[in-house]
Amino acid sequence: MCLICVPPGPSHLCGPAPHASVVYNTAPVVCPAPLTASLVLSSRFENIEVAERVLRDLCERAGCNEEDLRPLLSALWEALANAIRHGNRRQADRRVLVEYAVDDEAAVITVYDQGEGFDPDTVPDPTAPENLLRPSGRGIFFMKQLMDRVEFTSPPAGGTCVTMKRRLNSTVRSADNEE
Amino acid sequence: MKSEVQDHADIRIIKLAGKITIGAGDVKLRELIREALDGGHSKILLDLAKVSAMDSSGIGEMVAAYTTVRKREGQLKLLNLSPKINDILQVTQLITVFDVFDDSQEAMASFA
Repeated sequence: MCLICVPPGPSHLCGPAPHASVVYNTAPVVCPAPLTASLVLSSRFENIEVAERVLRDLCERAGCNEEDLRPLLSALWEALANAIRHGNRRQADRRVLVEYAVDDEAAVITVYDQGEGFDPDTVPDPTAPENLLRPSGRGIFFMKQLMDRVEFTSPPAGGTCVTMKRRLNSTVRSADNEE
Repeated sequence: MKSEVQDHADIRIIKLAGKITIGAGDVKLRELIREALDGGHSKILLDLAKVSAMDSSGIGEMVAAYTTVRKREGQLKLLNLSPKINDILQVTQLITVFDVFDDSQEAMASFA
């Protein structure tokens, strides 16, 4: 069985927020690369673990080992923590959309929030001596350390979209994944 | 996150276990530091041997704990960093801020 879904885009953030919902298309078709899934979450920190489980599931199906999976999980955690706390300001009725795409070469994770948007260039370098004792401002730094590419955009519908990509070393699609 | 508190003379050792992450462990750490300071313990040793994960919020809370204790003219030091936590402190440059120990006796002797 493969996981497929059409990337819903930020318009799926409209409407009443469920606690958490994941879109899997399990139709019996030939599974194209990449393996994809999308997940809509209400803005609760405990939902981050739901998003982690989906990522772990996709990566296991793609044949990722723990060494590849670990930085992806940490980067996802930081992106969702930012989206929930800074983007959606912990308002549970605001949604976070997560899109995943994993193929033989790379994993791409995109997180949308419904916040006011921000300029990532204004976030100070947390490793600068004058910022070392700041209690916050390390999330984006961690994401950039963990992933090969991190890009922030401002979707027309509002909010912030962060797309993160990391090359994978371990993926070996098994026959099961192609069924 | 779970915690265990031990007092050795005027030194409070706080043993942490599990995740120090947003929404749970970070808040618990803040409470533990406040309890220690309110109880007159200004020499605090955080034992991180059993900490399995720490995110940017957990790191931020540890920095906040450090500055809070310093403002109260106390000292906060770290004991038993796992390789993962050590890596986090290295990459964030915070290894230059904290006093870090692998041996509890040596750590306790360092509190002057």
